[in-house]
Amino acid sequence: MAAFLLTAVSIFAFPALASAFPLQAGDTPNDGGGSVDVSWTPPDHHPTSWILVRREQGGTFAPVATVDGTDSHYSDDTAQNGTAYEYQLVASPADPSLDSEVSGPAHASVNLFDWSKFNVLVVAGVFFALLFWYIRKSEGGTKWVFRKIPGLDAIEEAVGRATEMGKGVLYVPGVQEIDDIQTIASMILLGRVARIAAKYETALNVPTNSPGVYTVAEEVVKSAYADVGRSDVYKSDQVRYVTSEQFAYVAAVNGMMLRERPAANLLLGAFFAESLLLAETGHAVGAIQIAGTANVHQMPFFVVACDYTLIGEEYFAASALLSNDARLLGSLKATDSVKILMIAIIVLGSILATFGQTWLGDFFSTQ
Amino acid sequence: MKREIPIVITLVAGLFMLLAWFVPHPTVKAAYEGLQNWAIVVVGFTYVLGVANLLRINTRQVSRKERDWPYKMVLIAGLLVTMVVGFSEGNHYTDVDSRFQWIYRTFYSPMTATMFSLLAFFIASAAFRAFRIRSVEALLLAIAAFILMIGRVPLGAAIHPAIPAAADWLMEIPQNAAKRGILIGAALGVMATGIRVILGLEKTYGGGDS
Repeated sequence: MAAFLLTAVSIFAFPALASAFPLQAGDTPNDGGGSVDVSWTPPDHHPTSWILVRREQGGTFAPVATVDGTDSHYSDDTAQNGTAYEYQLVASPADPSLDSEVSGPAHASVNLFDWSKFNVLVVAGVFFALLFWYIRKSEGGTKWVFRKIPGLDAIEEAVGRATEMGKGVLYVPGVQEIDDIQTIASMILLGRVARIAAKYETALNVPTNSPGVYTVAEEVVKSAYADVGRSDVYKSDQVRYVTSEQFAYVAAVNGMMLRERPAANLLLGAFFAESLLLAETGHAVGAIQIAGTANVHQMPFFVVACDYTLIGEEYFAASALLSNDARLLGSLKATDSVKILMIAIIVLGSILATFGQTWLGDFFSTQ
Repeated sequence: MKREIPIVITLVAGLFMLLAWFVPHPTVKAAYEGLQNWAIVVVGFTYVLGVANLLRINTRQVSRKERDWPYKMVLIAGLLVTMVVGFSEGNHYTDVDSRFQWIYRTFYSPMTATMFSLLAFFIASAAFRAFRIRSVEALLLAIAAFILMIGRVPLGAAIHPAIPAAADWLMEIPQNAAKRGILIGAALGVMATGIRVILGLEKTYGGGDS
């Protein structure tokens, strides 16, 4: 406290005395305003800490913050937009010979675009442009050829097998909320599966672990049955909310597997520690199992315990491939094209970096 | 109209959220956060529907004395007792000595731990199947797994210092390369799915025909 007072006295008594090193101040880039970035190169001989002081042009200095003597940057988040401020670093304990110069005037302002995300915008722009171009081509009658994904072909087989055996199909849509893109993709696939199940009059059970997922899944299944003209077969307890607790949900779903012995288990969505608990129980009851997730750490468990696994992008491509809709297939073609483009950029970036040129890698850096 | 209105709402909200990510302006940011708060409120309301569904299905099974109906009764009793105790304690339900916490510690916590601990046995049985050598790929997997497992314990370093180094190399080079490849593909899939939903190309999620 004494050091602070001593320093404060020195500020007012000897403003900007014996300035030793320059101080830069400017608007914090890519923010919503209210912040000024102050930076400096710490001198070799520095105090234990600095007191950053600020004044409006023509005003008197007032302390803003205390920073470590070795620091080289501070963001002043208390600035008013449009007000010009001057900054100075004052040594603590007080030693006017170590104080910095007074910075030039700087003011905080609101930025309309975050330029640090420009590279993401470029990639997204290229992706969207290709997407619309391929969709237009598809609508014009162009046919695309995609490699076969065995897991997708197996979905209809699995439902058919369940029909032949007179057993049901268990559809587990993962354990994430409805705002998760994997859960949304799962709901899209559920619609396709429900149509097949309705057509074959196969019992389809969908236990959910989120009431949000339950409400959407119920609507999806009900509509799928209506779409194929089999509303009469739909039962209101096919889709049910079980619990939002992870392992309680596993206990409930495993119980269903062991009691009802479904012929097919479809584990499609975002899974975590419960993935192997579900898949191994399904394996133990002899069900044909098809899993799909984009959670990399759960994929090995599914690969081991399930008959078919949709890995990463296959999972997101599944609904488009199952629908056979030209526009959806066009979107897949765009995904493939961007992937080829990205591979080319990675190879080119690696070659350039080998020769000391890092600008391409720097451009695509997100940190 | 039942299908068009949700698609329009999705289009407007989706495009706004997409563009707002690039714009740091406080007004846009406030609207962005406001929409996310709306989503939380909507999810809160769905809990009423979820609990109603749970009670409806299970009470019906109990009243008809369907298979395993006593378990359903335990479920309903557990739900109601926990809710009544939780509501009766108001804001103090998280206190260490509250009855709600007693229920949590005495019943919920041990049962959850039991379920999670089953994973050890499931991993053992899955690993047994995974490491059966039936092809060249399975052989490579088994060798990699062996090096990795032994390299991650002190025994590996005691046998030879190259074993932990080989385990690290496996994790940092081939494993990372494969993982990043999958992640890039999945990220593109996420973008494609997102844009299909936002543009209304994919309508199944809203209960419609695509």
